Amino acid sequence: MSEPTETGPAIRAGNLTRRFGRLTAVDGLSLAIPRAQIYGFLGPNGSGKSTTIRMFCGLLKPTAGEVEVLGLEMPREAEALRHSIGYMTQRFSLYEDLTVLENLRFLARIYTLPRRNRATRIEAAIAEYRLAGQAGQRAGTLSGGERQRLALAAVTLHEPELLFLDEPTSAVDPQSRRDFWESLFGLVGRGTTILVSTHYMDEAERCHRLAILSRGRLVAEGAPRALMRDIDAIVLEIETEATTEAQRVLNGLEYVRSVAQLGTRLHALLQRSTEDAVERTRAALRKAGITGTVELTPANLEDVFVAATGAGAH
Amino acid sequence: MLRPIVRMLAIAGKEVRQLRRDRLSFGMIIGIPLLQILLFGYAINFDVRGLDAAVADLSGTQDARRLVAAAEASQVVKLRGRVDSAAALEELLNDGRIAVGIYIPPDFARRLEDGDRPAAQLLVDGSDPIIEGVARGLTRLEPPGRHAAATPEPAAFEVRTFYNPERRSAVQIVPGLIGVILNLTMVLFTAIAIVRERERGNLELLITTPVATPELMIAKIAPYVLIGLVQVTIILLAGVYLFDVPVRGDLTDLYLAALLFIAATLSLGLLISTLARTQFQAMQLTVFTFLPSILLSGFMFPFDGMPAAAQRIGEILPLTHFVRLVRGILLRGTDLSELMTPVYALSAFFAVTVTLAILRFRKRLD
Repeated sequence: MSEPTETGPAIRAGNLTRRFGRLTAVDGLSLAIPRAQIYGFLGPNGSGKSTTIRMFCGLLKPTAGEVEVLGLEMPREAEALRHSIGYMTQRFSLYEDLTVLENLRFLARIYTLPRRNRATRIEAAIAEYRLAGQAGQRAGTLSGGERQRLALAAVTLHEPELLFLDEPTSAVDPQSRRDFWESLFGLVGRGTTILVSTHYMDEAERCHRLAILSRGRLVAEGAPRALMRDIDAIVLEIETEATTEAQRVLNGLEYVRSVAQLGTRLHALLQRSTEDAVERTRAALRKAGITGTVELTPANLEDVFVAATGAGAH
Repeated sequence: MLRPIVRMLAIAGKEVRQLRRDRLSFGMIIGIPLLQILLFGYAINFDVRGLDAAVADLSGTQDARRLVAAAEASQVVKLRGRVDSAAALEELLNDGRIAVGIYIPPDFARRLEDGDRPAAQLLVDGSDPIIEGVARGLTRLEPPGRHAAATPEPAAFEVRTFYNPERRSAVQIVPGLIGVILNLTMVLFTAIAIVRERERGNLELLITTPVATPELMIAKIAPYVLIGLVQVTIILLAGVYLFDVPVRGDLTDLYLAALLFIAATLSLGLLISTLARTQFQAMQLTVFTFLPSILLSGFMFPFDGMPAAAQRIGEILPLTHFVRLVRGILLRGTDLSELMTPVYALSAFFAVTVTLAILRFRKRLD
């Protein structure tokens, strides 16, 4: 049996496609995920994030295309990969009727950690994920944040090289989310590759690299900063009292792709080819009798997402 | 220790721990056998007694009263009332208020004298096969007043009932009941044990770990083998102490047969778990296999009396073979080595279903 490799990208996917009946959940996805980084999958529900992760784990068979994880071909060589990956499912998948400690002990044996290491690994995990107070508590009675810490502790017990986290923070308060990300950076610091899916922009921005998925397609890929810099749009910020009126006017302009309101400000995404964008927009608003300021502004990740997915385009 | 063994011990240990915490399941392990044996042992009784009856005596003779008294003395019927016409009897029968009507015609005395036609008539509710058969037994009552000189003709056959001379239902039922209860609980427990993990999302994590499919299956069902043996013991103890069921064969043989049957039913449960998506579906599928087992295995109805097609289905069911084994060992005291046909049949059933289950269970979600 082949062994996982230690060089080259952690994951390489080529034209990866998965259909469920007539629905194409993942459509011709090609990407390479570098090692020892946090790689994010950003996309709304149904964009194919979970399906892609499941294909990477060897849980689903691709309809077409190929995928190599740590140099092993999925799903054919999936068994050789089991000791090198950890998979935190979207839904809490530990045993709710077992205690925190029992769950960890169970997984330590399932991953056949050497007997002398088991106790120390479990102790370290309990300390690292601040579960000491809950060790004897049944997993079903934990809070959202505690469950998620337990889940992360469980899938990292065997110190996997590659970690898949499928929307790990969807049921967790902001403080827990921050702590969780601190833990992820700790793991990356020790050389772990992490693939995390999310639909939170702030989380996506923390990733080293990012793939934006929409309806099963890869629509943008790169470091968050580069994506924001190279956005295929012009972003304007309009400050005015008459936001509703201004929004109506902006939506009527043929070069405006989308408008979003942020308090008293409007955030407008314009086609990149638009010439004299600021001047023309100012003129249009003045003509409609609306006073206010119009400024160019750097794109944020949400702009990148909207521009890439075509959401709100007309 | 070998890695697969470490993993299997982990899974089996976890299963036992969960089972101990699940009071309902734990209660069912003990509760189902106890409840069933009490139900079947006390309530189900093929020696029918006390059928509701009414009499229409149109002759009013002393012989007629004696005949009715004899019928009552047999304990087969219990007299609920008297009416004055055959039509009234029919009406009671129709309403389901009586199961048997005794009609004594006005010319009862003369009919008795003649002796060439029956003197009285029994109206029997034939909608229940057992009642009908039992009531027919009443026709063997000695006609009163028929002169002793007319010696009854000797019957062509005399019946000697082997193995269960008192013809007690419990003796016939309890051995088969071991199989029926195991069949229900073993299939249900395993099917649910795996489907529950799928439903709760545990399986999605487990299948990304190094656990191999056969390890997972064997470890998940292993605790239930022990539970099955505990159930056999409960039923056996209740059968022996409450219902005087004889244990004529070797107990080791009995437990070996039970072990084989447990393996067959557990593998059926595994197969069901690979077909069902939810615990509810698993239960439905279990009932779907359980009903034919009860009806076609020879547990309730004589196997040889069934139509050929039903017998063919019966031969596929593990319960059929176990009923043969357990009746042989417990009641007839037969050696397991003389019952190899059902042993082979159960082994074949186990081999086929467990293979199908492992083939069907993929460590994948699609």
